[in-house]
Amino acid sequence: MSNEITISVNGKSETHTVEGRELLVDFLRERLSLTGTHVGCDTSSCGACTIHMNGQAVKSCSILAAQADGAEVTTIEGLASNGALHPLQEGFNEEHGLQCGFCTPGIIMTAADFLQNNSNPTEHEIREALEGNFCRCTGYHNIVKSIQYAAKKMNA
Amino acid sequence: MEKRKEIFPFGIPGHNLSEIEREIPNDEPPAWPVNDQLKEVGKRVNRIDARAKVTGEAKYTSDMKLSGMLYAKFLRSNIPHGSITSIDTSEAEKVPGVHGIHIITKNKEDGMVGNEYPEIKYVGQPIAGVAAESLSIAKDAVAMIKIEYDPKSFVIDLEEAMLPDAPLVFKEPIQRQEDGGDVGVVHDGSKGQGNLRGPTTSSFYGGPRGDLEKGFAEADVMVENTYRTQVHTHMPLETHGVVIDWKPEEMLVYASTQNTAGVRNELANYFELPKSQVRVICDFMGGGFGAKHSAGSFGPMAAILSKKTKRPVWLMIDRKEEHLAEGNRPSSIQTLKIGAKRDGTLTAIQQKSHGTAGVALGAGVGRIAQILYDCPNFKTEQYDVLTHAGPGAAWRAPGNVQGAFGVEQAIDELAEKLKMDPLALRDKIDKSEVRKVERSRGAELFGWSNRKPAGSASGIIKKGMGVAQSCWPRFVTLNSSIEVRILNDGSVEVRGSVQDIGTGTKTILAQVVAEELGLKTTDITVRIGDTLFPDGPGSGGSVVTQSITPPARNAAYEAKMKLFNQIATKWETEASKLEAVDGFIIHKDDRSKKIPFKEALRGMRTSQISVTASRSNDYGGFQQPWGLAYGDLGSVQFAEVSVNTNTGFVKVDRVVAAHSCGRPLNMSQLESQVNGGVIQGISYALYENRVMDKGTGHFMNANVDQYKVPYSMEIPEIEVIIVEEYGALSSTDAYGIGEPANIATAVAIANAVYNAIGVRIYEIPITPASILKALNKIYE
Repeated sequence: MSNEITISVNGKSETHTVEGRELLVDFLRERLSLTGTHVGCDTSSCGACTIHMNGQAVKSCSILAAQADGAEVTTIEGLASNGALHPLQEGFNEEHGLQCGFCTPGIIMTAADFLQNNSNPTEHEIREALEGNFCRCTGYHNIVKSIQYAAKKMNA
Repeated sequence: MEKRKEIFPFGIPGHNLSEIEREIPNDEPPAWPVNDQLKEVGKRVNRIDARAKVTGEAKYTSDMKLSGMLYAKFLRSNIPHGSITSIDTSEAEKVPGVHGIHIITKNKEDGMVGNEYPEIKYVGQPIAGVAAESLSIAKDAVAMIKIEYDPKSFVIDLEEAMLPDAPLVFKEPIQRQEDGGDVGVVHDGSKGQGNLRGPTTSSFYGGPRGDLEKGFAEADVMVENTYRTQVHTHMPLETHGVVIDWKPEEMLVYASTQNTAGVRNELANYFELPKSQVRVICDFMGGGFGAKHSAGSFGPMAAILSKKTKRPVWLMIDRKEEHLAEGNRPSSIQTLKIGAKRDGTLTAIQQKSHGTAGVALGAGVGRIAQILYDCPNFKTEQYDVLTHAGPGAAWRAPGNVQGAFGVEQAIDELAEKLKMDPLALRDKIDKSEVRKVERSRGAELFGWSNRKPAGSASGIIKKGMGVAQSCWPRFVTLNSSIEVRILNDGSVEVRGSVQDIGTGTKTILAQVVAEELGLKTTDITVRIGDTLFPDGPGSGGSVVTQSITPPARNAAYEAKMKLFNQIATKWETEASKLEAVDGFIIHKDDRSKKIPFKEALRGMRTSQISVTASRSNDYGGFQQPWGLAYGDLGSVQFAEVSVNTNTGFVKVDRVVAAHSCGRPLNMSQLESQVNGGVIQGISYALYENRVMDKGTGHFMNANVDQYKVPYSMEIPEIEVIIVEEYGALSSTDAYGIGEPANIATAVAIANAVYNAIGVRIYEIPITPASILKALNKIYE
């Protein structure tokens, strides 16, 4: 079964005919070549595929493309505005919040949603917010620092 | 090669820093001073590839999209042992969008008994591959392949596999080690009987020494116990895989690999192609931790499918396949017997181990028992036990992480018997100068003096402190080359096949070259992970930094001297009178005479100066016939835990990790590496465990939710101490830190748990159930 759907991705309207079983993550990666959204587990456990749908962080491996019909989607590629990095992107650079970087886009998208709702979080709150994102390399400490960096910058 | 003498910094700043004279090849640069006198090296420099990673621009292998590319999927065995009697692909071939199917047949190694299909030896063994226009079509087609098996009896449990009537995994002698394995240990699968292969009695540096019997006779105190460690998997967030475009003139391979040159060699060898016709590229890769050295079965499969379909083929495996078939740290059951005199002097160490790497070899427990402490009488016997399970692979400090779990608990037990502080005992028996400094600096930061006697904590939640040590050889890959190009617009490029697996190799190369040329790290373009460029080392065994940064500095130096020669002629002086500092080339005797680096390049005779340099012997001439690994890196880690004696729940509260890696190149990257090693150690101690069903041979938690790994909430405060240690061994004198970072963590936690509850846990993972059992609160 195929459906024609329209999704606004990073501000651009995208209309495609998709199979019923097509996942949103595959729609973004395969059809739109937005490969910054990664696949780490296929079971919604690792968070590497986190994007924003209608302003909320969601795991795009657990949503059908058809479910996102009419939605506004932001991926890591759409986070910087006019070439200026988002404070979180800047923070992950400044605080060494990454090593291999494979989990990074998902973590940044999770954190971006989190900071919208909690602009002055404690370290504990940041760690709680990251519970759906797995990082095998860094030990999370510098990820927390990167988010603190961004929060401070966004509040300044 | 003509040589000259140079004076180098030698020793540990703040402890015993001095100088040493070394003879060095004439074409190598002058000695660098200690780090605080350098501008780029040793500093907290940002990663040069971070921007690409935070914007999503970084292209990993799984992100590659080539024109006309097909997607491939493996069909894997669903039984642990048996023969395939028939494979029917006729229905799968009819699926619209399917372009190619390949069935794996026997090669010479498999022997020629029976039909053409290799015997199935574990659940998840690859059988066939399908290439189709999308991954979902490939999956549909895989599901339509019909296989008939003739199942055979199998064995999953290590101890059952050793029984005389156990089903055999291999009847024949084996040499193969699926992917890396235990560093430095020569495995001989032809020794031994049935599923029990070995023993290995010698590890890297040595083997049996002295007289055990005499040593034990001299002992006043003995410790003898058995320690058990589980199988855990690597779980890099990007799975294994390749994208291969086999064109008539070249096989182009994008690989998520720790070793581009190794994968090229493997594929060239497999398909009998000249190395010059295989190109392997790995620009960004999502972690490996030891499991990604090889082309695996996915490399040849993608290549064959690409050849058959004449189209590029994408073949990344999924998370379940990754768990089943692409490596794990083998288990171990180790018996250690240690004898000591009343003052702590060790008299004998006897070690015997059995471990299973499934269908592969490499389940030894390393060399840590043999090398960490001074002991005149030593013997080890390390056995591989074959089982019907997925193959093991090198996993961050292979063997030594398991080995440390035994040795460093035994030393803790010995200290208690001797009524000595565990650190004081180590001061007595450990000859390493750097670990002495690490113990002292670490103990102070950690607050070791607040440690209380074992089991003396009151209340339901009991706190405890533990310590453990590690060592790791300074392995050097001598076949390590790199090219530095200075272009006539003033830009500088570093090129090599060495890859950055996420540790920051690109950044340290830029730092080293920038320091030599008087530029900024951000001025240097680093193009690595491509076999079009000179061969570098694989990213394993913590070899990269010491293997590739000296040739990078040497190449930059030689290129600089060529440039200086041209400028010196113009300035009517000698090249030796010039230096490159802060973006300028300056006349040392008349500092008003200077020219910006970029401008200096404009008048060059050719549009580029290109120099390729290779790793030379260590200064001091320590190369041996078997290679180069002079001396060891050391570490000491301290852990504090809270144990809830009602629920059995263990929480690690703090870790202090003191490490050495020669001259530190980038403090932030080193801290990240140690943090990562520590969390993997915590995870190994408390969470991760491959659960196999003995009745079916299936891996029951081959996913991310039931295979327990730590998320942000489980991670304690980690404080890292990097001890600068100068050895005057190369032009950078810098070493890697990845492997040593996670050797000591799990056993430091085990020692802390003992200190908290007064009962020792001899098996990891330490779960709530194992704590409650140890406290006699639940019974099996």
